[in-house]
Amino acid sequence: MSAPHIEVSGLTVAVGDVPIVSDISFAVQRGEVLALIGESGSGKSTTALALMGWCRHGGRIASGTIRVGGMVIEGKSEEELSAIRGRHIAYIAQSAAAAFNPSRRIMAQVIEPAIIHRIMTRQEAEAKAVDLFRALALPSPETIGDRYPHQVSGGQLQRLMAAMALITDPELVILDEPTTALDVTTQVEVLKCFKAALAHCNHGRGATAIYVSHDLAVVAQMADRIAVLLKGRLVEEGPAEQVLTAPRDAYTQVLVNAPHPVPAAPAGDDAAPVLSVRGLTAGYGRVIDGMPQIPVLRDVAFDLPAGGALGIIGESGSGKSTLARVIAGLLPAAQGEVLLNGSALPPRLEDRSLDQFRTVQLVFQNADTALNPAHSVRRILARPLQHYHGLTGAAADRRVAELLDLTRLPAEVIDRPVTKLSGGQKQRVNLARALAAEPKVLLCDEVTSALDTVVGAAILSLIEDLRRDLGLATVFISHDIHAVSALCEKVLVLYGGTPVELATRAAFNGSRHHPYTSLLKSSLPTMDPRWLDTTRAPILRGFRVEGLCPFQPRCAEAVPGLCDAVPAPLREGDGMRWLCHHSPSIKEQA
Amino acid sequence: MKRSISLLAGAPLATRIAAGFVGFWLVLAVAGPWVAPHPVGAFVDQDVFSGLSARFWLGSDYLGRDVFSRLLYGARYTVFLGLGAALLAACCGTTLALWATLSGGMVDEIISRAMDTLISIPSKILALVLVAACGSSLPLLLLICALTYVPGNFRIARALAMNLAALDFVAAARARGERKFAIALHEVLPNMIHPLLADLGLRFVFVVLLLSGLSFLGLGVQPPYADLGSLVRENISGLTEGAPAILAPALAIAVLTVGTNLLIDALKPEDKR
Amino acid sequence: MSGAKTGKASLWPMVARRVGSAALTLLLVSMVIFAIAGLLPGDAAQEALGQSATPEQVAALRHEMGLDQPAPVRYARWLSGMVQGDAGQSLVAGMPVGAIIAERLPNTLMLAGMTAVLAVPLALIMGITAAIRRGTWIDRAINLASLSMVALPEFLVATVGVLIFSVKLMWLPSIAMVSAEASWSDTLRSCALPILSLTVVVVAQMARMTRAAIADQLDRPYVEMARLKGASLSRVVLGHVLPNCLGPIVNAMALSLSYLMGGAIIVETIFNFPGLASLMVNAVTSRDMPLLQACAMIFCSAYLLLMLVADMVALLANPRLRAQ
Ligand SMILES: Nc1ncnc2c1ncn2[C@@H]1O[C@H](COP(=O)(O)OP(=O)(O)OP(=O)(O)O)[C@@H](O)[C@H]1O
Ligand code: SF4
Ligand SMILES: [Mg+2]
Repeated sequence: MSAPHIEVSGLTVAVGDVPIVSDISFAVQRGEVLALIGESGSGKSTTALALMGWCRHGGRIASGTIRVGGMVIEGKSEEELSAIRGRHIAYIAQSAAAAFNPSRRIMAQVIEPAIIHRIMTRQEAEAKAVDLFRALALPSPETIGDRYPHQVSGGQLQRLMAAMALITDPELVILDEPTTALDVTTQVEVLKCFKAALAHCNHGRGATAIYVSHDLAVVAQMADRIAVLLKGRLVEEGPAEQVLTAPRDAYTQVLVNAPHPVPAAPAGDDAAPVLSVRGLTAGYGRVIDGMPQIPVLRDVAFDLPAGGALGIIGESGSGKSTLARVIAGLLPAAQGEVLLNGSALPPRLEDRSLDQFRTVQLVFQNADTALNPAHSVRRILARPLQHYHGLTGAAADRRVAELLDLTRLPAEVIDRPVTKLSGGQKQRVNLARALAAEPKVLLCDEVTSALDTVVGAAILSLIEDLRRDLGLATVFISHDIHAVSALCEKVLVLYGGTPVELATRAAFNGSRHHPYTSLLKSSLPTMDPRWLDTTRAPILRGFRVEGLCPFQPRCAEAVPGLCDAVPAPLREGDGMRWLCHHSPSIKEQA
Repeated sequence: MKRSISLLAGAPLATRIAAGFVGFWLVLAVAGPWVAPHPVGAFVDQDVFSGLSARFWLGSDYLGRDVFSRLLYGARYTVFLGLGAALLAACCGTTLALWATLSGGMVDEIISRAMDTLISIPSKILALVLVAACGSSLPLLLLICALTYVPGNFRIARALAMNLAALDFVAAARARGERKFAIALHEVLPNMIHPLLADLGLRFVFVVLLLSGLSFLGLGVQPPYADLGSLVRENISGLTEGAPAILAPALAIAVLTVGTNLLIDALKPEDKR
Repeated sequence: MSGAKTGKASLWPMVARRVGSAALTLLLVSMVIFAIAGLLPGDAAQEALGQSATPEQVAALRHEMGLDQPAPVRYARWLSGMVQGDAGQSLVAGMPVGAIIAERLPNTLMLAGMTAVLAVPLALIMGITAAIRRGTWIDRAINLASLSMVALPEFLVATVGVLIFSVKLMWLPSIAMVSAEASWSDTLRSCALPILSLTVVVVAQMARMTRAAIADQLDRPYVEMARLKGASLSRVVLGHVLPNCLGPIVNAMALSLSYLMGGAIIVETIFNFPGLASLMVNAVTSRDMPLLQACAMIFCSAYLLLMLVADMVALLANPRLRAQ
């Protein structure tokens, strides 16, 4: 075997005297992809960026050696490193939306590395960029470079960033969670492009790459080797296949056998609905003739029995949070109504009674912003107790202690400011605050999306226990299809604000789906390394036409002459209700 | 209080020096009349515009009065009028900002428009016209200086409050059915305190500069009272001699304002790298 | 993608909205100024006739001048006069306000313009240097200097300038002479001290805001990305960051320049400079209401105009705002 292309040994990066990562060693052969995985804060990005001699937040390479090709990285001056960055080692960042300069045209940014390092003339660089755009399957490759970053979609921007990285034919490409900010359906297409582009780099010889990710299933598609980081240390490193199938380290084993939520017991389905939503249309901006200026939700309807659980899934921007806000009264609906125990809830906050406030509680998506950073845990929990139940003094203290206990928080956090809590603890306080009201309906908006898998799973099982013990009806908003299908008796799928499918758990876990749900499910990466190659890339033709099926431009099962001419009907059968020309029932299928 | 003292003890040198200057002035402003070596109005020197001497630390003024004593008395007006006006401006501006932010709609529109109008009249011009129209007794001066800086504070406070009001914890309080007043007081205000204190310091600097500017033009504090700006004005004829009588009060103002400014800067959280 | 199409189309309504909003503010400002000026004690008719006039004479003159009519009517008349360029008669000088102002305005504009030519590039250099050298001793020195300069009273700056340059060194005159006959170099020499004093007063604020605007962007991911493409920090600041903070920087410049018009009062007084601001101080002390109102309106219009220009630049510089 030839000498490794990249060799890192004993790498320690520190801020002041505090090491962020310590004693990292690995080697990568030319043309191989090494994945760095671990949870947030484990030092993945720090390690990857150290390969370019770059440290964030005033850190520095404290010790160790880094060799890329023949080059020594550690101890080089900024000028020497600038000559390497973007020329020999290129970087693809997590959020392309933030990594592109908003006020310069895309083309100028894509060819900048070539210009800075003077390896091409502007014309040559632009020609090469257009070739790359074409190879990355970007629409209108000749002209897309003339746009500004905000004029292209997130998935396209991520591919444009790949073009920016590859324009100088670097020998090493560092990809830092390049698909984390994307929806699953977009992720499939971007992953396919990245894989192909990396393989074609360097005149077909393929680039060496470091792929940073927290998602093992994604890594399984991309990596030849996997390195697992835990709290700044390397716990395991080896060929992808071995790490995925026969992990040696205990932590890797936990990751690989990720805790899947245990299916919850169904509540009585015949119970009277505690929450019903009928013909709900809502959005932002001024309402004219019952239609908001920016319509988001259209004609949403569902029932939630007491103690039941309803899951709501859909891509980012499909209106999930908006729905929760409408039910909570933060955003008045334009049409339709929300019924609580059969009687209509006033759409505006000002018209609701204290009891109505109390009965419906919203747990916000992001605990960092949902808890007032100026308050202590005690104050945050005591406030609703006093507000709803008039509890003060010792009675309130006792109840606060109970709530901490209920949400499995240690009693000593009580006087801590919320800024001094971990992410998981914050989310528990967030939950405890909602429970303090003693609600009947709990609206959980992506309560785990900001948390690491293991912590998130614990929160989910906590909510599940509370639901069972307290008889809470729960609306569970998430983009985590696994969690939703395990925890919820009914699942509502939103596409662009329109409910396209409402299915029972059995039906949702079955094999027949609305075409959009099928796409969502098939876009979920699996641990099988061949998954990416066998999955179809999503399609996109034309634009959404008002009145017709909203999913038509992306539907693989569209019936020509029908779907593009006649509005989709609402059809029912086999535990499903969906908006499609195809029928949910197998019998009718023939 | 105890915390802020211990905080200062551990602070870098620059902070302590700046804090020293500001503290020095506060003490002088309070204790001035007791430590002044000569009576304010007494003509104690034969010479006018005499230089520094053991008897007259900062020389004598255009009438032969002791500059140091006059400085000590003048500092009171400058410091307390400045502090009072800055506090008043900050209270009004912040209250209006919270009201506008949480009410939204027409209320916000009207208040913001009114503040925009006031802010587009340059502060010195506004103060001048107000002084001309209303007079320049001490309470009126305080009110005028405060009014002049309300819009500036309003702008800052409204921007802060707007950012905070968009956060989920305010939405959570609204969804709990809290009233606007409670939201403003418990949820929004506590998170604005630090930047608002910095702004208060800055307004104080502005008010002191404005006030001494007015006095310098003869439109501010009127005899028999004299603030530091008036002292500069009355001794302007000593300029060609470079008399301490004119430089000392001007420098005194500079030490006060620059010191305050440096203190605010030193206390603000380090900007992250 | 739709942004590309709607981008240009929505620019003009936005421009129109801002122009309209500025015009509305100016209207409100005129009301405020008219109202405050109405509070001024004394009566123009009484003032014009002197103490010896009989009440009948005063009443007659009041009627003639329209002073006995209700405030809204007087306001409407004053405003329509202003719009047509007729600001009325000065009560003290007895000549048209327009003529007095026409004599002073060029001086003020000259002083402001020359100060701007000196101060703006200086502030940009200071601000950008401090930002590029963030955290180094250069940054700290510029920070310390500008913090102190912001808080310096203008009369200290001016008097120290006079002491050094006219009294001790005798290089520059301590009185600013402006006359039509004087040569350019003479004018420049005699205005050097006022210009220098004003520069010290405004440059610091501009430099600080420039640095703050740039520093605010330096933590953005796109800056890190550009650095990782191999760009040096100066290249990143000049090529990537500046276009993104053009809006705030131009705004800071406009704010400081507007100060040069109305804020120059003290400098003008010390150097006996025949500008608009000192004219206004005279109007205040002599209670010359029409002159006072006209001066105030000029200062406010200048402020609003500069702010509007800054807004437009921000709109044009930012493709996102443009396509909002
Ligand atoms: N205040 C607002 N004004 C205008 N449009 C808004 C506003 N808030 C949200 N939207 C738009 O409404 C749509 C739905 O947003 P919403 O937050 O409900 O999506 P979501 O499904 O919760 O997405 P995510 O998964 O990213 O949380 C989006 O297109 C969004 O841009
Ligand atoms: S109606 Fe047609 S286009 Fe829409 S989801 Fe069904 S098959 Fe696809
Ligand atoms: Mg959401």
